[in-house]
Amino acid sequence: MRNSFNKHWYAWAMVLPTVIVLGVLVFYPLLRGVAQSFTNLNESNQRAEICTKVLGGAETCKPNPDAAQFVGLDNYVDVLTGAQGDFWLQFVNTLVWTVACVVLHYGLGLGLAVMLNRDFRGRGFYRVALILPWAVPSFVAAFAWRFIFDERFGVINGALRAVGLDPVAWFEQRWTSLFTAIVANVWLGVPFMMVALLGGLQSINGDLYEAAEIDGATPWQRFVNITLPGLRPVSSTVILLGTIWTFNMFPIIYFVTRGQPAGETEILVTGAYRAAFEGIRDYSLAATYGVLILSILVVYAGVYKRVLAKQGEVF
Amino acid sequence: MAEVLPQAIQTTIEGAEALDRPRPPHVRRKRSSLASLGLHATLVVATFCALFPIAWVLLSSIKPASEIRRSEIHLFASPTLDNYRTLLGDTDFPYWFLNSVIVAAFTMVFGIAMSATAGYALSRFNFPGKRSLMWTFLLTQMFPVAILIVPIYTIMANLGLIDTKASLVIAYLTVAVPFCAWMLRGYFDTIPRELDEAAALDGLGPYGTFWRVVLPLARPGIAVTAFYTFLTAWAEVAYAIAFMQSSRNYTLGAGLQQFVPQFSPRWELLTAGAVLVTLPAALVFFFAQRHLVAGLTAGGTKG
Repeated sequence: MRNSFNKHWYAWAMVLPTVIVLGVLVFYPLLRGVAQSFTNLNESNQRAEICTKVLGGAETCKPNPDAAQFVGLDNYVDVLTGAQGDFWLQFVNTLVWTVACVVLHYGLGLGLAVMLNRDFRGRGFYRVALILPWAVPSFVAAFAWRFIFDERFGVINGALRAVGLDPVAWFEQRWTSLFTAIVANVWLGVPFMMVALLGGLQSINGDLYEAAEIDGATPWQRFVNITLPGLRPVSSTVILLGTIWTFNMFPIIYFVTRGQPAGETEILVTGAYRAAFEGIRDYSLAATYGVLILSILVVYAGVYKRVLAKQGEVF
Repeated sequence: MAEVLPQAIQTTIEGAEALDRPRPPHVRRKRSSLASLGLHATLVVATFCALFPIAWVLLSSIKPASEIRRSEIHLFASPTLDNYRTLLGDTDFPYWFLNSVIVAAFTMVFGIAMSATAGYALSRFNFPGKRSLMWTFLLTQMFPVAILIVPIYTIMANLGLIDTKASLVIAYLTVAVPFCAWMLRGYFDTIPRELDEAAALDGLGPYGTFWRVVLPLARPGIAVTAFYTFLTAWAEVAYAIAFMQSSRNYTLGAGLQQFVPQFSPRWELLTAGAVLVTLPAALVFFFAQRHLVAGLTAGGTKG
């Protein structure tokens, strides 16, 4: 023990500030959040004491008889059976949303990266132009797409009208509404994938392609047998990150669909947020959602990592 | 030392530029003109999709409100800067902008200061607890807003910090610190270890090596991490909407939302605001982006 301290004290000292911040700002609130999910805490019962001013300005405080109480697993039972909130609807939305976005991000990003990796005139221009959406803050992008899909003044419905079609009431039906959000998020997320994969492509050894060509491999065979395996390290990281980011993507759903129609396009994160901060603030319900969302993601990351490790890649 | 340093700087610069350089041409075959046409056609369509929303918002921001509310589409219609004038003169937008700058700047400075040494330790030393710390960083990236926002809100309420900028900076640090540590580790990894060894031979301790050798060399990486942290805070909305309650204390995300309520949204103000929010972010972004991805993915792929 002493030996190990002598050997590692400077490393530990160097990580100390980060560890303290993580402890105070992340783990303490996290534990509190988990604790709150076992109570019935809400806007009306959050005070532990009720203080009343008496004559002369002094205050007397006594315990709040209606303070939040420990309720065991009640919140989890309520949420998972659907007695409170729309967990399963939002869960399905989240799955559709995450899978659609990540598949499109990766697919389009890879396609564009492969194209940009070639040598041709105008490459630099395309590269800059295609990265631009990444430079737009996510909430601005969300507003922009809400504006574009706006039912009365939006350019898309304007274009539909101009060619003689009926305008679509995008936000009055669950799937068209979710579709608008997916479009917005795909627009926002493709550039990151593209740049990351382009970096990966450039690190693949060019000799491999040459050797494959000499051996008579078709372009498709080269793509499948050289490009994809060569991209594995980058792909595995960006897909994991992309999935987590999309799963937790708050502003797009919140500002583009706003849950319309009637909360049917809410994902878990925005659902939790609305439970906590809209209407009668139900903090315990939101905390329960938070714990459930985190559990889903931890399980996902664990499985993902295990699969990668099995294929011989560990970080 | 003096001989080693320029060489190391060279290495870092080369590493950073590698992304931009076309790969050494391994296949010097002529593409058929048909394939070339297909390539350009696809890229033109993609570029159009990428640029259209930005262009449309920009064009709409210089239209008068009455023109935005028309159902026909016009690219240009009596262009005017009135929307910008109204936005800057008659709304709280300037306050929101200033608030966002302050919050994002403090988040950036604290985020880097709290995580730089940790990034170095993770890059260079093997110590008990390293793996679990790396896992913690990854895990905190997974934290949905949903799980921390309620407890942090109740803590801030107890401390009387709701509706202050400090509450937002503290909330943003929960994401910024692990993120910066993760990114910086990736950049420190690109600085050759031989430098550390040379510095140790010259009698510098681990801290001296870090301060006087590695940190100066990692300046581009630190700048990129800092700017990205700034942008993340600049674009954050969930905490901002929940924590800030009076209009003058809003940051940009929370403020802009005020323009587009469910009924009678004022898109003319929103689009003008969107342009003003995006411009500085885009400038910062383009400075930082070419070095960004390398750090982001290096952290995940190197042992």
